Amino acid sequence: MTAVQSLPVARRRTSRPRVARVARPVVAVAVLIGAQEALTRTDVLPAGYFPPASEIVRTFVGELGDDSLGPALMSTVRTWLLALLVSVGLGTAVGVLLGLVRPLEAFLRPVIEFMRPVPSVALIPLVVLTIGTGSGAALFLACFAAFWQVLVPVITGVRSAPAIALDTARSYSLSTWQRIRWIQLPSMLPHLATATRLAASTTLILIVTAEIIIQMPGIGHEITMSRSAGDPARMYAYIALSGAAGIVLNVLVRRIEKRLNASHGLEGSR
Amino acid sequence: MLIVTELEKTYPTKKGGFTAVRDMSFTVQEGELFSIVGPSGAGKTTLLRCIAGLDRPTSGGVYFQGREVDGPPEDFAIVFQDYARSLLPWATVGTNVELPLMKKGNTAAERNRRVTTALAEVGLSDAVDKKPFQLSGGMQQRVAIARAIAYRPKVLIMDEPFASVDAQTRADLEDLVLRVKEETGTTILFVTHDVDESVYLSNRVAMVTRSPSRIAEVVDIDLPFPRDQIATKSLPEFARLRAHVFGGIRDMVHDTTLAHA
Repeated sequence: MTAVQSLPVARRRTSRPRVARVARPVVAVAVLIGAQEALTRTDVLPAGYFPPASEIVRTFVGELGDDSLGPALMSTVRTWLLALLVSVGLGTAVGVLLGLVRPLEAFLRPVIEFMRPVPSVALIPLVVLTIGTGSGAALFLACFAAFWQVLVPVITGVRSAPAIALDTARSYSLSTWQRIRWIQLPSMLPHLATATRLAASTTLILIVTAEIIIQMPGIGHEITMSRSAGDPARMYAYIALSGAAGIVLNVLVRRIEKRLNASHGLEGSR
Repeated sequence: MLIVTELEKTYPTKKGGFTAVRDMSFTVQEGELFSIVGPSGAGKTTLLRCIAGLDRPTSGGVYFQGREVDGPPEDFAIVFQDYARSLLPWATVGTNVELPLMKKGNTAAERNRRVTTALAEVGLSDAVDKKPFQLSGGMQQRVAIARAIAYRPKVLIMDEPFASVDAQTRADLEDLVLRVKEETGTTILFVTHDVDESVYLSNRVAMVTRSPSRIAEVVDIDLPFPRDQIATKSLPEFARLRAHVFGGIRDMVHDTTLAHA
């Protein structure tokens, strides 16, 4: 009898940390949603601008059956992934080249330092004039913003190889390719992983911005359409959708990052 | 066979040139273990980097088998003190050892055989698929030594290789170095600040002064081979040589301390 009684206690004790880890954020979110619901239902927050959370959820569920959500989400995600692929691919290729060839990087540094801080959004008028208002415009803006975010860490990463490792390579007469393949590229990878995670957020921001401003199909377009149609619940539903999309990709990239750091024996690979 | 002539290395600093090594000349014979021992800050690492072809001397030169060393020669291998950064953390132990062998003329089977033999030699056959950071410090340094063994250099340069491992591991690794020298006839240039270690391992010990360092004395170590941690170190001759080298180093430190006072 005592054994039977003590068993659940022991089990609860061992599983408590994990339960707490999951429960705390869930409770935090639930409290926030509950507070929003209470404040809007009691008209402390004007329900015209802030529809209650339950209504947003109901609208969102309703939208799931609608014809506009699927294509909007698809359009945004497609442009987003393409932008991520292009900016990371291009940023890595150019970054590795500039990281390895110091004179070239020194030559181009003023250009990079000038272009890097230019807010992508400031280019929207130019892009509309030159590229037009298709998804190519959003793609360009997103790639432009994320490219620098990838380029700079990759240059740093290629050069972060320990001096001793490079001396070892020289003393064993490793070929240039062996040095790049086994020392400089692996040293760069953790930097690239972090840059990719940042680029995933940046590209999403720029694409949704472009959709709102240039009125191209996608989540952003649905947000601004809902606003002009006086349907704030639907607007918030799409805002939540874009947030959820960001979370999903962030989790995926973070997982890759962790695995990479673990294989490099780096700290903080929890 | 390895000749260092009037080597001088000066680094530019804000206060003008800093001469780490000055007028350094000595010859290392084929197959011998030549130690360079001196107080810390004696420019030993600078000297070694010049010999290894990693740095260019300001004047003078290094000649190996009659040819001037103007870059890292293919016949040289180095074991650094900082084993953790010298090994590649993202490559397995096996790959770390194999990488320098991936050159023209080495078949995969040949490379594999040499990696297996070298790892067995250092007692790490089981670790071939592990990553370096999964091993202890002493084991990591053994991987670095295995990499050097598998490479089969004519000259093995070791820069304070055992300075950051514990005493027992250190004794084991010293005997490993003696065994490698015995079995392969590799010429070994060994840099250390540990007098006991230099006397125990070497055919000859060169005592170098503080910067700008030059050779104060080269001592012949006429202790019989094979050497043994207990038997060799119990010999009166070991005690005499150890005292001699120790005294020389202490005087150097003392002299400079007085000079600065």
